[in-house]
Amino acid sequence: MSNFEIVKREDFSDVTYLLEVRHPLMAKAAKPGQFVIVMLNEHGERVPLTIADYDRDKGTVTLVIQAVGKTTRQMQQQCKVGTSLYGLVGPMGIPTPDSHAKKVVCVGGGLGVAPVYPQARALKESGAYVIGVIGFRTKDLVFWEDKFRAICDELIICSDDGSVGLHGRVTAGIEQAIKKHPDIDEVVAIGPPIMMKSCAETTRPYKIKTMVSLNPIMVDGTGMCGGCRVKIGDQVKFACVDGPDFDGHLVDFDDLMTRLRRYTKEERMALDHWEKGCRMQKSIDKAVDAAKTK
Amino acid sequence: MREQDPAVRARNFEEVACGYHPDDAMRESERCLFCPDQPCVSGCPVGINIPGFIRKINEKDIRGAYDILTETSLLPAICGRVCPQENQCEGVCTVGQTLEAVAIGRLERFVGDTAIREGWANIPYIEPNHFKVGIVGSGPAGMACAADMAKAGCDVTVYEAFHQAGGVLKYGIPDFRLPNPVIDAEINNLRKLGVKFECNTLVGRLFTLEQMISEMGYDAVFVGVGAGYPTMLGIPGDSLNGVLSANELLTRCNLMRAKEFPNFDTPQPIGKRVAVVGAGNTAMDAMRVSLRLGAEKVYCIYRRSHKEAPARAEEIHHAEEEGVEFHWLTNPVSILDDGNGNVMGMRCVRMELGEPDASGRRRPVPVPGSEFDFECDLVVYAIGTNANPIMGQTCKLRLNKWGYIDTDENLATSMAGVFAGGDIVTGAATVIEAMGAGRRAAGSMKAYLGIRDTNRPYRTAGDTLFGIDTSERNFARIRA
Repeated sequence: MSNFEIVKREDFSDVTYLLEVRHPLMAKAAKPGQFVIVMLNEHGERVPLTIADYDRDKGTVTLVIQAVGKTTRQMQQQCKVGTSLYGLVGPMGIPTPDSHAKKVVCVGGGLGVAPVYPQARALKESGAYVIGVIGFRTKDLVFWEDKFRAICDELIICSDDGSVGLHGRVTAGIEQAIKKHPDIDEVVAIGPPIMMKSCAETTRPYKIKTMVSLNPIMVDGTGMCGGCRVKIGDQVKFACVDGPDFDGHLVDFDDLMTRLRRYTKEERMALDHWEKGCRMQKSIDKAVDAAKTK
Repeated sequence: MREQDPAVRARNFEEVACGYHPDDAMRESERCLFCPDQPCVSGCPVGINIPGFIRKINEKDIRGAYDILTETSLLPAICGRVCPQENQCEGVCTVGQTLEAVAIGRLERFVGDTAIREGWANIPYIEPNHFKVGIVGSGPAGMACAADMAKAGCDVTVYEAFHQAGGVLKYGIPDFRLPNPVIDAEINNLRKLGVKFECNTLVGRLFTLEQMISEMGYDAVFVGVGAGYPTMLGIPGDSLNGVLSANELLTRCNLMRAKEFPNFDTPQPIGKRVAVVGAGNTAMDAMRVSLRLGAEKVYCIYRRSHKEAPARAEEIHHAEEEGVEFHWLTNPVSILDDGNGNVMGMRCVRMELGEPDASGRRRPVPVPGSEFDFECDLVVYAIGTNANPIMGQTCKLRLNKWGYIDTDENLATSMAGVFAGGDIVTGAATVIEAMGAGRRAAGSMKAYLGIRDTNRPYRTAGDTLFGIDTSERNFARIRA
């Protein structure tokens, strides 16, 4: 059944990597703003990942992943070109609606740089003036600068340590863009919740529409578990079927961040358990090698 | 039927009801009167020849009993376990008017289990026709519809969004009521009929219903996607960590095997004191799963009384035996925060029953000043589900005001060639009702495609035209 072959892999840094997976139907159906759920193997968990790109001609879908937890580290180790994922389902969520904005800021922070790319490209194709603001911790983590240069009318790179571009966070980049262009009519921000929260706070005084893409904990991604419920204004929405894009000025980010901590203990446990297994495997391999050389 | 001891079984995931020994089955079959009016057959949503298969058991011909069962029921091992027989066949059993009704469900399960153990499968001769049928959703409705269409000779493909087929049978119903190997065995029987299963496929998003008909070459499509959009209570504290839907708890435990964490990657929220809100079958499952995951105390919080509880009597009885504490006429007011965003307890109010409401049940009203708090660290909502919105978002099917798919009495939707059945049409119901709907839809699909049902005799004059049944709409495709 599992026939989701990895056709390309690129390592951006020692934690961030790109996988291009063959899935012609999904490449045809995918639209900006949607996500997929990945299962590495039969024992795996279902990991939601925003689609970073898709190639309809090649029939592939691109995912950019950061090795932070057990599964993403295991994927980093095991997902080589030619191997297959056990499960890949999607595209899920409501695609970003066609925007009539004339001048847009597309903000990506860290890993969020990847999923904001298809949105920026779609906006460019619809005729908007696109200002890209992409932020990284440091110079070595920068990726896709060329891809953004190709589709953005302006690009502001920010780094936390000042090693590249603007010294500061993406919010500084947004401020800079707003100062230069008072007629910005939309901001799209994707990244860690705390970053999206500050982006929304930055644009709030200017009353600029700010869309964010939420990635809460979910199981099925089809509206069945309710684990991904988020507070939007005075309503409760399921990010998987009612989102994942929401109006950043209405999102209760504190609630989202608390809910993201639900399984911190278990996530730690899973990682320890796996690393212990890896160490054991390594020592077994070593012993086998030693025995062979004898 | 022998059951595991409550104290033991409340800590393991083995099946509660151990099933009949052949001698027990023989003894039970003796109790059937084989009465001529057969009320049990009309009490069965799919019309199984119940006295027929019981007679075969009585004659020690289990294979014969299986043959009779599979004429109508596709999944005897499943139905025998999860059907609410007390409201169906057993509820109208003649013996049951004076004594305990014949245990039809247990006998059916006995035959189904024997068939799985012996590897029996009844694969009828199927003459392929050129029709391509798509089924959306691999739950009980989809499985039943797929089997009937495959038997009629169609090329059937079932699409499932999860990574495993089975729908609610897999993610919802726990192992101790319906073990996964039983479901897989029944799905394999469908595969033997030629049914193809495509998992990891979210119809609506990967391709739409319209595309299935216009581009992918499907002659007819059945939609049985269920109604699994969980309802939250909407009280203060709803979004605290430690509040989750029964769907989430059960999916993690059953489908994702979180009970075997960390050998399986999906974690399970574990509570020492678990409060489950609701008293339906799903609530009972959530409570009993919580016990097995190691909870010290499990409370059932329900705003009406025992009498109004929608769960099967047997399920409530099992939960009671296993040590669930029932708090009838109690309604949650708010979930209490420990200051760090976690559940610390629950505030409830006592209720009393007032006048009957629209559903005919007496409406519970709060008793003023009866609020009280109690400690718990996990709250599970099992208060019902709504229509899943994905179909409505992605196709032009006409929905009713609650978001369920609108169908006519033949389960045809507003789109030509598309039929629907199960929870997505009726709202949350039972496995067997969904199977019944799947089969009814299959009947309508066959009529729509002009496939003649050889089991249906021609009626005489009036109803026929040149010897052809006029209720079969497409004459041109009928071959002599």
